[in-house]
Amino acid sequence: MTDPAVDPIHQFQIHDIFTLGEVGGVQFAMTNSSVFMIAIVVLISGFLILSTSGRGLVPTRWQSAAELMYELVASTLRNSAGTEGMRFFPFVFSIFAFVLAANVIGLVPYFMTVTSHLVITAALALLVIFTVIVYGLMRNGLGFFKLFLPSGLPVAIAPFIAIIEVLSFLSRPVSLSLRLFGNMLAGHIVLKVFAGFIVTLTAAGVGGWFAGILPLGMTVALTALETLVAVLQAYVFTILTCVYLNDAIHPSH
Amino acid sequence: MPGNEDHKLDDRLGNLDAELAKMRESQATKNRAKMDSEQSNGLAMAWRLGSEFVAGVLVGTAIGWLIDEWLGIRPWGMIIFLLLGFLAGMLNLLRSAGKLPPPGA
Repeated sequence: MTDPAVDPIHQFQIHDIFTLGEVGGVQFAMTNSSVFMIAIVVLISGFLILSTSGRGLVPTRWQSAAELMYELVASTLRNSAGTEGMRFFPFVFSIFAFVLAANVIGLVPYFMTVTSHLVITAALALLVIFTVIVYGLMRNGLGFFKLFLPSGLPVAIAPFIAIIEVLSFLSRPVSLSLRLFGNMLAGHIVLKVFAGFIVTLTAAGVGGWFAGILPLGMTVALTALETLVAVLQAYVFTILTCVYLNDAIHPSH
Repeated sequence: MPGNEDHKLDDRLGNLDAELAKMRESQATKNRAKMDSEQSNGLAMAWRLGSEFVAGVLVGTAIGWLIDEWLGIRPWGMIIFLLLGFLAGMLNLLRSAGKLPPPGA
């Protein structure tokens, strides 16, 4: 399976486009992944700047698309973290827009899905969790650690419960990053495997041409499913970010 | 003219039927869309619960391994923290399923 048209893993390969130089023995290079990340940022910024430049009382289609996106994130954040959580709106909106754009752009053939790499999703999840820890400590001081010690516990089992709570807290960035990464990786591999069947079957002759209709139908159906997964996972990532931020704002409810 | 009146009534009945059919169709589409979204939420929920549990076990194992490396008490750190990680995963699972209150409550 070395033919890139059939190899399902080939799409995730990162290669350097040009090298920017070395800093402390580590090579910094412009990779295909970073090109797509820049493209995503340009796309989102362009979309938001252009769609809100008119700012009519009666919104145009583009403006209402931008307003819809704002309303979605704002209501999610307000529902899970309260009005105080709105100070994190720029942060949460940026994460939502980046993940959504990355997932959706990845659906275009020959385009790279940056969220199918664990480095990217882990970096996003760590950013969220460090924000929670730093802001939680800044705002509540040591009261933030009440998060790990439910009130009204017998002293004998308190340390045991505290360890489990800390482990549960540490597992948050892991589950947050693994879920997004796993969804995007698995979806794109399955899509590529079915698409690869078409290539292999059509090479087999006229009978293969007709047999190739079956995986073609499957690929179309999977593309629809992947579109849904791409949007849904961006939303799930956002919701959980809001829920975790809520813990930083109100460690003991 | 009674014949003319009947004709008008028939027309109106025909219009009503057409409108009813249109409304029933849109209602059916709405229901189908609702069912689809419920199913997709089920899929997202399954992914969420699975990853929450796996993450707990992974974190427990990783911390156990680190403790073993630092204190040289292999394999006890991993044995104990794997089990604790299992408990943390279970806690995550029950919390995201809404069976337990969120932390700090």
